Amino acid sequence: MTAPTTKGSIRQRLLILLLVNAAVVGLLLYLVVQSVARQIAQESQDNILAASAISILDSARVTGGEISIDLPYSALSMLDSVTDERAFYAIRLNDEFLSGYENLPRPGDYVGGNTVFQSAAYLGEDVRIASTRRSFATDQGQAFLEISVAQTLTGMNRTLTRISSISFGVGIGFFVLSALMAMLIARSTTRPLHRLTASVSRRGPSDLSPVAAPVPSEMAPLVSSLNNFMSRLQLSLSRSEDFIAEAAHRVRTPLAIVRTQAEITLRRVEKPENRQAVREMIRAIDESSRTAGQLLDHAMVSFRTDHLSNETVNLDVLAQETVERLQPLSELREVEVKVVRLDPAAIRGDSILLQSALLNLLDNALKYSSRDSSVEVSVEKDDTEIRIEISDTGPGFPDLDSGQLLERFARGANAEGVVGSGLGLTIVDEVVRAHGGTLTLSNKTGGGACVVLSFPLG
Amino acid sequence: MRYLLIEDNEALARAVVDRLSLDGHVVDHAEDLATAQDFSATTDYDLILLDIMLPDGDGRSFLARHREAKSRTPVIVLTARSEVSDRVGLLDLGADDYMVKPIDFSELEARCRAVLRRRGGEARNVIAFGDLEYDSLAGTLKINGTEARLRTRELRLFEVFINAPNQLFSKPKLVDRLFSYDEEASENAIEVYVGRLRRCLEGSNVSITTVRGLGYKLEQK
Repeated sequence: MTAPTTKGSIRQRLLILLLVNAAVVGLLLYLVVQSVARQIAQESQDNILAASAISILDSARVTGGEISIDLPYSALSMLDSVTDERAFYAIRLNDEFLSGYENLPRPGDYVGGNTVFQSAAYLGEDVRIASTRRSFATDQGQAFLEISVAQTLTGMNRTLTRISSISFGVGIGFFVLSALMAMLIARSTTRPLHRLTASVSRRGPSDLSPVAAPVPSEMAPLVSSLNNFMSRLQLSLSRSEDFIAEAAHRVRTPLAIVRTQAEITLRRVEKPENRQAVREMIRAIDESSRTAGQLLDHAMVSFRTDHLSNETVNLDVLAQETVERLQPLSELREVEVKVVRLDPAAIRGDSILLQSALLNLLDNALKYSSRDSSVEVSVEKDDTEIRIEISDTGPGFPDLDSGQLLERFARGANAEGVVGSGLGLTIVDEVVRAHGGTLTLSNKTGGGACVVLSFPLG
Repeated sequence: MRYLLIEDNEALARAVVDRLSLDGHVVDHAEDLATAQDFSATTDYDLILLDIMLPDGDGRSFLARHREAKSRTPVIVLTARSEVSDRVGLLDLGADDYMVKPIDFSELEARCRAVLRRRGGEARNVIAFGDLEYDSLAGTLKINGTEARLRTRELRLFEVFINAPNQLFSKPKLVDRLFSYDEEASENAIEVYVGRLRRCLEGSNVSITTVRGLGYKLEQK
């Protein structure tokens, strides 16, 4: 049987899709968590900076038309004491620098309020700056007092890195969890398929009954076409079996009539030349009926090897039965069939085919044996193989080397005078090969043919 | 022996009946299962020859009923189907043996004898002649009550003679009865078997005499 061409796998595809999905969601999760965390951290820093700037601004007094600022200690200490951040400030009046760090970057435009924030580089470090302003009435008229407070971002960045690595962990964790679930999902999705496969492949070759086990609705069309296919196969199989049986019946019945009538005629005629003629008729009938029989057997064997049944066959029992079956014939021919050894030997296979092979071989051995000789049968089993050996004391096989004896309709050069079709060994060979064994023909040194069927074990 | 032949092919049945009558057997012929049931219910047969494909059913159903009725009459199935297809089923259903058509009558005879021997028991068919007693079912010969040891072909030769004592048999006729058609057999072989049989019969009051140029016959001294 040829393996079907496969393209992809449902389970793999499902798994890949679910994994990609998990990866995308995991990445998004990472990005969202990170940006939300960053925003929250930024806002809390901004709030502190703004509070600090406003508390400085609140300490400004206009006394006698002049602005005086008593820089509150807490305003800057809350920025640098707790963490090891550095804090800077700048106080400007109407854009003129009054006190603090002169080069601290100036804020941009105030949009929609009196407090603005900006990020900038200062003294080689990233800083966050909050600026706020208020107008005062002074001697020179209206004046804008502007306070800028800045803080380095070292701690903040450290926090952000931590948050980033935590959110990365969360993303990875989510991905791993999803991957595990994806595998479970993929497996449980394809389980009905596996169950169906198992229930179909568990069947014997002759079991063509429809699949009855419930399947998911998506698989119903597949199963129903499978059932449909099996019922058609069943029909065509039983038709070909019937055909072979019918053909056999049609051929054999007239032959049986002719043969019986010929036997009766032989009893009645007296003249030697007539008797010789009738004898030859009977031989010809035997020949053709045997050929017809073996052709049909051959058809049946080919048919059955395609649908090999797989039962336990005890070869020793089978050999014994076959010898018993041939007992009347061997008595008739005065050939003794001796069973010299019978080891218990079981193989898996088709008992009807195996018996047919044994019958053919024993029949051959009987046909080619002379009166008062014997045929020996043995079934041996060792660690590696089972050997069935059948040997006779007849003329043996001619031209063994050519291998032609196993071909259809080939007969040995010394087969003249013996009724046969030349299909017997072909049938045996096919049966043995269908069971993984080999057929070996040889001649014994003392004369006589020896046939060995060997079936490897395991 | 009394046979029941169940066979629907008219020509074949007639030929088989004729052929078996030649050997002195009585044969009833039933052409379908219903007739066969009637026959087997009313007559005691030594052997039933059963065809499988019959107009009113499968011969296997006859077999099954036959076994259910615990009838002791052995059944030999005559099948025309492929040997490979249904041999196992037939024996499982209780046929004692089977043969594939066309029937070789010497093989049929051998199989009948084997089946009857296997079954053993009652229904003896004993022919007595002089101080000989021959049981045709078991194939045993007793001379003055002691069993003689005969080999198959000697036994068959003896059977030919004892079924028709005092009748002359030519050598060619004996060749026909003793050897199947694919065996090379000469009339010399007949002389050998007659010689062996004579040695067996030495102690009895029956002997095989030679009629010069014509053949042999079994006679009481």
